[in-house]
Amino acid sequence: MTAAELLRRLFPAGCEVRREGDLLLGTGTAAAGPVAVIGIDGGAEVGVEGALRLARAVLEVVREHPGRPILTLVDSRGQRMSKRDEVLGLNGYLGHLAACVELARRSGHRILALVHGEAVSGSYLPLGMMADDIHAVEGARLGVMALPAMAQVTKIPLARLEALSRENPVLAPGLEPFLRIGAVASVWRAPLDAALAEALARPALPDGRAALGRERGGRLRAELVARRVRDEDADGP
Amino acid sequence: MTAPPAVPRSFREASARRRLLDLLDPGSFRELLGPAARESSPHLAALDLPVSFDDGVVVGAGRLGGEPVLAAGQEGRFLGGAVGEVHGAKLTGLLQRALRERPRAVLLLLDTGGVRLQEANAGIEAVSEVMRAVLSARGAGVPVLALVGGAWGCFGGMGIVARCCDAVVMSEEARLGLSGPDVIEASRGVEELDASDRAMVWRTWGGKHRALLGEADELVEDDPAAFRRAALEWVRRPRPLSLPALEREQAFLARRLEELGGCADGPDAWRAAGVAEPDRLPLLDLPAWSAAVGGARRRRP
Amino acid sequence: MEHLAFEMDSREEGGPARPPVLVGAVGSGNLEVLVEPGGGAGRCRVEVHTSAPGFAAVWEAVLRDFAGRHPVAGLSLAVNDGGATPAVVTLRLGQALEEYRRPGR
Repeated sequence: MTAAELLRRLFPAGCEVRREGDLLLGTGTAAAGPVAVIGIDGGAEVGVEGALRLARAVLEVVREHPGRPILTLVDSRGQRMSKRDEVLGLNGYLGHLAACVELARRSGHRILALVHGEAVSGSYLPLGMMADDIHAVEGARLGVMALPAMAQVTKIPLARLEALSRENPVLAPGLEPFLRIGAVASVWRAPLDAALAEALARPALPDGRAALGRERGGRLRAELVARRVRDEDADGP
Repeated sequence: MTAPPAVPRSFREASARRRLLDLLDPGSFRELLGPAARESSPHLAALDLPVSFDDGVVVGAGRLGGEPVLAAGQEGRFLGGAVGEVHGAKLTGLLQRALRERPRAVLLLLDTGGVRLQEANAGIEAVSEVMRAVLSARGAGVPVLALVGGAWGCFGGMGIVARCCDAVVMSEEARLGLSGPDVIEASRGVEELDASDRAMVWRTWGGKHRALLGEADELVEDDPAAFRRAALEWVRRPRPLSLPALEREQAFLARRLEELGGCADGPDAWRAAGVAEPDRLPLLDLPAWSAAVGGARRRRP
Repeated sequence: MEHLAFEMDSREEGGPARPPVLVGAVGSGNLEVLVEPGGGAGRCRVEVHTSAPGFAAVWEAVLRDFAGRHPVAGLSLAVNDGGATPAVVTLRLGQALEEYRRPGR
């Protein structure tokens, strides 16, 4: 689905979202009112300039439109991998972006993410994955690494990895595994404006992804381990 | 029995537990969910890989300068300190504990290549949950410090997490970034970057470059006592997660792109930042380096 | 992975029960050793999880030798091994026991 088509379906009442390079920036009109749209499109990689532009967009919403919900759209194959981006400190730019999203949350903005294409590592972490809850359209391609590349890095035969990923959702890329581990809350199907309205109507909750992963059987230890560290007495002397 | 060492210990060479013991007030560290709990990775056995009883990270409570803190240390010798499901959940749990206990600070001794590829999806998800928990703790008024002095440095998603903290303390020998040299060479080719060029690797990701940019707030010797002094200092200097503060950071990062955006490597950037003889910098010890960079060193607002 | 379990005789007690310690790290050619109270009077229990299968006899010889020369009765040792040599195994076991018994720890 193209970004234009996606925006038409999300905001049948209209939207003013402009494209700046690979970024989507603007406002859409949802049933309950205006929603800020901040997105990455076309599977683009995000480098220092993109990260800084996205952070500026988040800060502008916080400053100029207190309380306005934010919808982040993600179709990005990750961070730009270049020497220049590393020399300039891309991790710092993306860390700043994540902090800006946290500021928006703390300032009362509802933050949703919708993965409409690829969602991979460096660019997904500070934008989409920082949302209160994360959704995806059918066909979304989430992942860390394709299995052949993983076979190369881990020295585990590809056939073995393929067999294992049928049982265990932590290995293979795809939407289904990310649903099972609780990393994606739901799949939005047509009509998308209704899905958006419904998500906006729900209150923001603390990070519940580990609990969701346990409930769905795809990630059994994370919630229990975090809870034990959070709540148990420290080991005695 | 072992006598106290006569020469300063290396922070880099120490185990994660040793680093925590050296950093905190003597005798104060109490581990949470320690190795006897045998909370190991549930995913490695299927790949025929050995597990670790603590999944490569030590978390607990202690004191720093008499004040209560929570602290974590990643063990770089186990799978490169990489973050899997359990490893990440221990860090997240510790940061969530901070919301309840309100310690003076949370100290993260990071030594990691990033996501544990053997637990790919659970690994990236774990890093994301750590990132959110760091920012939640900061938002609730508990400072979080990143101390980077291990042999692996701090890369991948955890490199972003380091910069979600209030401050970053690094040793000269440590490295900090997002995509590491091997990853860039593998994806873009040796023409983009030759990962075997060690000097270039340190000019790009090493402590001196990070400190000159302002990405690291303080550069210290590879000495546990130096990290301790820096931690004592930086727990007193939290950065608020407020609109004015993040707008200042936005301006700071924008200015770096204007001034240094045309620079393709470390020495170019150092010259553009105003260092007179940039090629000398890698050779200098820390006091000499500080003197040589002088006012060219950028500082985060 | 191969999982092995042994019970060793040891003449000397490992001392009063103390908090567990973990020494070493799991990596290629390296191992970690967890020392805890347990094992029963005059006995030391050992579990080994190793990525190098087929060396049960070597493990047994190394562990019996170690238990015969060190006060490990009443202790339980657990090992995660990334294919360490017998010399490295003996070294780590010694370090782990010394750390477990270190006064004032």
